[in-house]
Amino acid sequence: MYAQMVKSTGKALLSREEMSPQERAFQDRIDQGEKIEPKDWMPEGYRKNLIRQIGQHAHSEIVGQLPEGNWITRAPTLERKANLLAKVQDEAGHGLYLYCAAETLGVSRDQLFEMLHTGKMKYSSIFNYPTLTWADMGAVGWLVDGAAIMNQVPLQRTSYGPYARAMVRICKEESFHQRQGFQIMLTMANGTEDQKRMAQDALNRFWYPALMMFGPSDKDSVHSAQSMAWKIKMNTNDELRQKFVDETVPQAEFLGLTVPDEHLTWNEDTGHYDYSEPDWNEFFDVISGNGPCNTERLEARKMAWDDGAWVREGMLAHARKSQARKAAAE
Amino acid sequence: MSKKTDSTENAHNTSGQDEWPLWEIFIRGQHGMSHRHVGSLHAADSEHAIKNARDVYTRRNEGVSIWVVRASDIAASSPSDKGPLFDPSRDKIYRHPTFYDLPDEAGNM
Ligand SMILES: [Fe+2]
Ligand SMILES: [Fe+2]
Repeated sequence: MYAQMVKSTGKALLSREEMSPQERAFQDRIDQGEKIEPKDWMPEGYRKNLIRQIGQHAHSEIVGQLPEGNWITRAPTLERKANLLAKVQDEAGHGLYLYCAAETLGVSRDQLFEMLHTGKMKYSSIFNYPTLTWADMGAVGWLVDGAAIMNQVPLQRTSYGPYARAMVRICKEESFHQRQGFQIMLTMANGTEDQKRMAQDALNRFWYPALMMFGPSDKDSVHSAQSMAWKIKMNTNDELRQKFVDETVPQAEFLGLTVPDEHLTWNEDTGHYDYSEPDWNEFFDVISGNGPCNTERLEARKMAWDDGAWVREGMLAHARKSQARKAAAE
Repeated sequence: MSKKTDSTENAHNTSGQDEWPLWEIFIRGQHGMSHRHVGSLHAADSEHAIKNARDVYTRRNEGVSIWVVRASDIAASSPSDKGPLFDPSRDKIYRHPTFYDLPDEAGNM
């Protein structure tokens, strides 16, 4: 997902007998649906896992502005431009909510940025694909935000209070994102032949990368079992991917577009669509830095950070000076 | 990533010298309501924090008023005080109206 490959720091899931009394009490609180708050005791593995997961999620929101930012100045109408601008601005907000949630766990904003910029922390693979035409703005809103919603809705019930609260806020804002994307697709799919072709092409290019957003199959993963016991992961990657396919295929049909998967079929027995897995080699390639836009995205991030340094320093210097002046006058 | 001891929920370990300080944001959603904690953000000073809070927390008309407080200026109770602080009020059920059984004839009270 937005946090696709969160390496767990914990070992295999501990049994109750293996837990210390403190760990057992902690697990009981989670099992009873209590929220864990920043100052509460928590196992070191829980803290570290959460920092990675929330951090990765935050980075994805921030880097995720870049592929769409690419089209703000070239949106076809003033209204579309205003819509897209509002959407991208929301993503900045999502990043900020999540960074603050991560910071409650004892990591600073600057440390998080540093880890992003040096490649120590990842962001979602999806944002390493280029946005080539205006139809991609439709496909991104519809598919990428759609996939994000699928993952974020259950996370509103996650055990860590600040993370859950950030998710509630984010989910409230997301549905507009998906709807504006779908509306772009709808307009283009019902437009001229060229527009329709662009819409289909966007779907062709974003379908598998969208499926990859949920991460590789983790149904047998011990790491994932620990995260699920801690309720920092609510569903397996495969469950969410299936749910996404089931919801998205009828929408594609409604648009009159073809999902680029010749093996896609409705399975009467399971009540789900059977679909082809994405190319996981491509996924591992992209996540480890070799996607089409990894270098460009990270460069843009670092440039924004470095070019903004004088503003950050200037504002801080000004604030300190006026503080000192105020103190002297008192 | 040391364990933090600061007083507020969101106060994190002393971040870099050059990081803008953290502010807790409170928004009055509607006239007549109290300000409510909505989250936090970094800003150089209070004026800047209010501007940022406008952009981060009221993009959809969520507020009519904003309070900002430096996170480091908030004092908070600690989880270990939970018992001594809140247990004393637990058994005082007579502070609730339902404790007093009255006949229906007495009317709405
Ligand atoms: Fe978002
Ligand atoms: Fe979004």
